[in-house]
Amino acid sequence: MTATITQVGFSQESFDAFLAARDEPQWLLDLRRQCWDAYTALPMPGGRDEEWMRTDIRLFRLDKFAVPGDLPADAVCPPAQLSEGVELAGQATTLNSRSLFAQLDPKWAAKGVLFGSLEEIVREHGELIRPHLMTRAVDPRKDKFAALHGAFWTGGFVLYVPKGVAVAEPFHMLSAMTDGGVDLGHALVILEDGAEATALAETASDSETATGLHCGAIELIVGREARLRYVNLQDWGHGVWHFAQQNALVDRDASIQWTIGALGSRLAKVNQHVALVGLGAEAQVNGVVFTEGKQHLSYHTLQHHRAANCRSDLLYKGGLQDKSRFVWRGMIKVDPAAQKTDGYQRNDNLMLSTDARSDSIPGLEIEADDVRCTHGSTSGRVDDELIYYAQARGLTRNEAVRLVVTGFFQQVFDRITIESVREALGHAIRRRVREVE
Amino acid sequence: MTDTLKITNLHVAVEGKEILRGVDLTLRRGETHALMGPNGSGKSTLGLAIMGHPNYEIVDGTIELNGENITEWEPHERARAGVFMAFQRPMSIPGVKMADFLRHATTNVRRPERKEDEELLPMREFRKELYEKMDQLKINRDFARRYVNDGFSGGEMKRAEILQMAMLRPKFAILDETDSGLDVDAVKLASQSIAEIGRSKMGILIITHHDKLLEHNRPDVTHVMLGGRIVETGGAELAIEMHKHGYDRVRREHPEDAAVENEMKKEEAAV
Ligand SMILES: Nc1ncnc2c1ncn2[C@@H]1O[C@H](COP(=O)(O)OP(=O)(O)OP(=O)(O)O)[C@@H](O)[C@H]1O
Ligand SMILES: [Mg+2]
Repeated sequence: MTATITQVGFSQESFDAFLAARDEPQWLLDLRRQCWDAYTALPMPGGRDEEWMRTDIRLFRLDKFAVPGDLPADAVCPPAQLSEGVELAGQATTLNSRSLFAQLDPKWAAKGVLFGSLEEIVREHGELIRPHLMTRAVDPRKDKFAALHGAFWTGGFVLYVPKGVAVAEPFHMLSAMTDGGVDLGHALVILEDGAEATALAETASDSETATGLHCGAIELIVGREARLRYVNLQDWGHGVWHFAQQNALVDRDASIQWTIGALGSRLAKVNQHVALVGLGAEAQVNGVVFTEGKQHLSYHTLQHHRAANCRSDLLYKGGLQDKSRFVWRGMIKVDPAAQKTDGYQRNDNLMLSTDARSDSIPGLEIEADDVRCTHGSTSGRVDDELIYYAQARGLTRNEAVRLVVTGFFQQVFDRITIESVREALGHAIRRRVREVE
Repeated sequence: MTDTLKITNLHVAVEGKEILRGVDLTLRRGETHALMGPNGSGKSTLGLAIMGHPNYEIVDGTIELNGENITEWEPHERARAGVFMAFQRPMSIPGVKMADFLRHATTNVRRPERKEDEELLPMREFRKELYEKMDQLKINRDFARRYVNDGFSGGEMKRAEILQMAMLRPKFAILDETDSGLDVDAVKLASQSIAEIGRSKMGILIITHHDKLLEHNRPDVTHVMLGGRIVETGGAELAIEMHKHGYDRVRREHPEDAAVENEMKKEEAAV
């Protein structure tokens, strides 16, 4: 089952045809053109780039993919994992970057909240979106993939919460992809000053083995004294190439709790950046990673302290099975102005097989003198003594291993304040853990 | 027929080094045995081997439960058959709540045929029983929500082991220095717990260097281990003698085993 590919590759012709068919404000068309120019000018990243030296993409063939075309006739959406039994303020779904449906509780619409397809809302509310779209958080010229995304993004989601509005129920966004499909979705969240919201985003393929390409971006703009909880659960099929820029900007006295679940894809190269740009901003970043088979997941995190008195606290926990590999490259960057920074980063990995490999590399770049920045990373195997202890209490080896692995992740689950997210992640991990040799 | 745990000519090696050199011991349900012996004589090794620790290789001999050879059984199968050990050094399992761990364990031991995906004991019912037992042992109920043995004090860990025994109600219990680290009151509570399950319903093997636990649980049989063998077996009076006078007489009367003990000590020191 493969999606019908109308035009092969991302060429000048396909870009011109794509642009001609867009019904969009001029500024957006201009932005796309600039990104396309950047794309053609930028080289494909490779092993000589520091960021890519642990992530080999020589087998990746961009010309096998194209601008998402018509949906295959038999296309189905995978079920959502994060929204089960949760009362929602809004809900939206895309399939292969095409908006399938979007819905917002009228009571929040009445308060000025906007939620739904980015591609549709940008037509009507362009002036509201324009200052935020790939101008402040994500830089579409960062690399060739970012530029490709900037030129060709479609579908997508936007959540806009006006000043002082606190939305109690979460919003849910599902980006789904068919086998062999392409997703170029863009998620943009804007919380005006004092606003509060929770967004549950998930990405999934129609099967666990599905192939495809995701080249995407997430932008989270958190205004002064605003509070955002954002979750993205990445569960692409194990044949999907996943390239993404995921950036947040957190302003004065605002806070973000950002939880990433990284379970899917064949190869992932993700930049997750949090910039603390106003005095007293706070960020808590949680990563739950589980790799298996021959998956290669590479997450580069940056906690960028650009203002004084900010706190950032990052914890990534990874479980690695089979011949999979997980790369975490963390960085806390403190600008000269960011005195009284309190920064923490940590990555713990649990190796469930001798063939799995983890690279865990924390880093600090500090240009202010009155700061407290610490980091840590550990990597270890499941302790046989724990397994024996649990077995001596009547648990089978399988049960004991699952228990110990779940326990390993508990520390990060304890930080996640949304029950449905804890449950979905816990369930996903228990389902994946097999016999440990 | 009385349930019987029978150890015959047990030889156990760790990392290729023989630690137990032919141990015979028969424990019947309803009996209390004391196992004494100097540090490093092999008492814990015997317990761990009975419980099926994978690093303790049985090079000769058998472990039988009611005539069935369980020497090759997995630890969880032994546990489900009613064998329990309170460990000298219990493991902590970070991130796993005591209550969740025990609910899983209790379900499996009470329903030995349970498959991995089958339901656990109902939460409510289980919690009620757990709290009752915790109250009895004067363990604060908060411990149910704490991670298994994580950050527990020495004594708290030993109390938690007794709690596990109380929940699992085994047929055979090996208590490996459960009394060391327990305060005087806690030793009494532990003994009450044993009484509660019913001394007559359990075969108990008490490994100890103290006399407190034995005072409350007078042994029917006492074994003295030296250099990896049980060199003497007697009644309660043997335990009292060892407490009072130490192991010198035993060493004198069993010079070969005492020599092995010396060898093992030297090797340990060399490592
Ligand atoms: N896992 C192991 N690895 C290496 N040596 C071991 C191991 N377990 C036991 N031994 C050795 O076997 C011998 C017997 O140890 P064991 O723990 O059974 O003694 P014990 O009688 O319980 O002593 P104690 O009274 O100090 O608890 C010791 O020399 C010990 O160092
Ligand atoms: Mg011992």
